[in-house]
Amino acid sequence: MSTRNPILFNDIPAESGLRRALEMHPLDIVAEVRASGLKGRGGAGFPTAMKWQLAAAAEGATKYVVCNADEGEPGTFKDRVLLSDFADLVFEGMTIASLAIGATGGIVYLRGEYTYLVAHLESVLARRRQANLLGNDILGRKDWNFDIVIHLGSGAYVCGEETALIESLEGHRGEPRNRPPFPVNTGYMGRPTIVNNVETLCLAARVLARGATWFRQYGTHASTGSKLFSVSGDCAKPGVYELPMGITIADLLVEVGGLGAKAVQVGGASGHCVPSRLFDRTLAFEDAPTGGSIIIFGQQRDMLAVARNFMEFFVDESCGQCTPCRYGNSVLLDGIERLEKGTCSIRHLNELKALGETMELASKCGLGQSAPKAFLSIIEHFHDEVLGREPPHFAA
Amino acid sequence: MLPAQQARLAADIAELADHHGRCRSALLPILQGIQRDHHQISDFAMQEVARQLDIHPVEVYGVVTFYSFLNTGREGRMVVRLCRTISCDMQHKDRIARQLENDLGIKFGDTTSDGRFTLQWAHCLGMCDQGPALLVNDQVFTRVNCEQVHEILENCRKTFTASGHVLTTGHGHGTAKEAFAR
Repeated sequence: MSTRNPILFNDIPAESGLRRALEMHPLDIVAEVRASGLKGRGGAGFPTAMKWQLAAAAEGATKYVVCNADEGEPGTFKDRVLLSDFADLVFEGMTIASLAIGATGGIVYLRGEYTYLVAHLESVLARRRQANLLGNDILGRKDWNFDIVIHLGSGAYVCGEETALIESLEGHRGEPRNRPPFPVNTGYMGRPTIVNNVETLCLAARVLARGATWFRQYGTHASTGSKLFSVSGDCAKPGVYELPMGITIADLLVEVGGLGAKAVQVGGASGHCVPSRLFDRTLAFEDAPTGGSIIIFGQQRDMLAVARNFMEFFVDESCGQCTPCRYGNSVLLDGIERLEKGTCSIRHLNELKALGETMELASKCGLGQSAPKAFLSIIEHFHDEVLGREPPHFAA
Repeated sequence: MLPAQQARLAADIAELADHHGRCRSALLPILQGIQRDHHQISDFAMQEVARQLDIHPVEVYGVVTFYSFLNTGREGRMVVRLCRTISCDMQHKDRIARQLENDLGIKFGDTTSDGRFTLQWAHCLGMCDQGPALLVNDQVFTRVNCEQVHEILENCRKTFTASGHVLTTGHGHGTAKEAFAR
């Protein structure tokens, strides 16, 4: 059994998932997805079937399927590949979801940085409308009406958070909402809405095409199926890899030519930094979860510079709504500057750690809750490297 | 802003609102259209959008100032955005940054005095496996080296020459080549 390209990059006939869904009762579609154990691929790992089931059960004639293509996590570029080379599969997944929950409207929220993909996506949508894969009475199934529009973001990382994304769709600042209510009940325009990652929708289409049992043969018990990994940094063969969930970091490094790495950032700026002695950890929801971002650091890399890059990112991208995130990120960045200058006491560093832990607990949304992770893990694993630095010298 | 310019901007906004709809959820597409065509969302533009959508101008201001691709100040016709995130950083984005500053004669955050170029930082552009990456308006460039910085900017400048030339010749004045010779 090949472990490379088992599901998404596999040569499965186009629209076979959609054609099978066509014969099924909506509840059976949800049941099939539940049996597959599919979890959201954006990073949070929420069970996809539960979202679909809640939205399906919600009252209302108008419901929405939103494809979260606001791929902004540093080091992630798998959705760009799916949208470029597998756009039909993305739309197939959305169309299946529409049948499962009874939605009539589909929206792709595409990040502004990917505006160059719009023409391609629009042409694929036009072709699908022509083939009656979208529109009214899809593939002859009476009263199955569904169409998809593309909505562009405008350069805000936080809009990848599903409630911020909905705010943005509605024409507001992309500030995350309090939950509950959840989008499955009160989503876009107050209607039941599912927001799924690009990769999740593609995988759902594959689950319908080949069945839950086939899907479950890949991955681990808690993390079924495969995962697209966006691999960058110090390795011979950076790119997008489809590998089974549960692969160890060490095995992935062999695959991509990244042997001898000093550390790997799993999950992008909002993920953890894993040092080489822990490379036997597995990439799965139950161990080291990732939305796909894998950034490899060679022995020559300064881990404090890495931490600074991530912290600058969060200082910029915090929406400013809640205090732990708005203020905490700036304080952590200031701490990194002290470490760089060699003027940070261990007492102050301990305070920064406590602050980071507070941010994890007290921030309103996933952005603030995960912003300190990179800093905390780098401080933990590379203590010796970051303490007691000599101040940078300047030429006289 | 001259009254004639205001009238033209208002007409453009009305057209965008006709196209996208006069509802709150059309706000971002309308603002994106103004930014694309006018390189700025001015106070007047924000007031006009608010009037068209029947919302308070401050609501529009709140949205414009939230998103990094929307700007109240004037941007150049070409916005160059260099990715500063870690993977591009490790692929020597600093050298590309210096070369861009040298070739444009401006610093990051600034616009050239002729209003043609704005230079900005961007966060991850999703090209981490082929950095350093930059965007020029909507177009993406990957694996950029210092020499290509010059080429990219020169190609942009040629676009300006071409569009300037279209403006001067207008419609129906022979082929482009003839017009250029004149």
